[in-house]
Amino acid sequence: MLSCKEVSRLVSQGLDRRLGFAERLGLRLHLLICDGCTNFKKQMEFLRKAVKQLG
Amino acid sequence: MSDFRTRVEGERPYLLRYASLQLRDRHTAEDVVQETLLAALAGEAAFAGRSNLRTWLTGILKHKIVDAIRRASREAPSADEDLMEELFDESGHWRDMPSAWADPDAALEQKEFFAKLEECLARLPARTAQAFMLREHLGLETDEICKELGVTATHCWVLLYRARMVLRLCLEQNWFGK
Repeated sequence: MLSCKEVSRLVSQGLDRRLGFAERLGLRLHLLICDGCTNFKKQMEFLRKAVKQLG
Repeated sequence: MSDFRTRVEGERPYLLRYASLQLRDRHTAEDVVQETLLAALAGEAAFAGRSNLRTWLTGILKHKIVDAIRRASREAPSADEDLMEELFDESGHWRDMPSAWADPDAALEQKEFFAKLEECLARLPARTAQAFMLREHLGLETDEICKELGVTATHCWVLLYRARMVLRLCLEQNWFGK
């Protein structure tokens, strides 16, 4: 099982490259049971949206 | 105070502006300027005969800036470890679980939010901020950013990861308030 630390790194890299099959699977399993990392992932997506709109 | 000393001291504001622009960190800038002024005072004899004090001082300052950047890049990995240490415990669990942000999309309607976001961006180390803005604001792909900054893809992902971790924390503390 991936740790939250590893998951946070994969969530970030997932914004920059296509993750491998095993990475995607590990990520999805972890997110199913971890609210903290699920919130983190939403925040990363929000950050991307916010910076795009920066004047 | 000797005349030379007064003149050297008089260049401090200019040198500080110069160093701040290069280093983007006020504290380090003050340090390198201080080192430069001390070196200049100790080396008064070396200046004798040259006409332009500012040019001479700037020359010394440039060396001090390069040294500071080298020091910082050697120290960077440990600073990175510090951040990770602060966020995660030994087993890789969040020390402080990210909680849901209340209505983040509403923030995108507010000018004050973007001012805060810019403040948070300004806190990032120069290179980290560059990588992040190239990626997220200008939408470059990682391999283009690597070429631009002369770093490997892996290093690039680390810079982007670090930027996101710092920005998330900064927004959480300064906007989405806990």
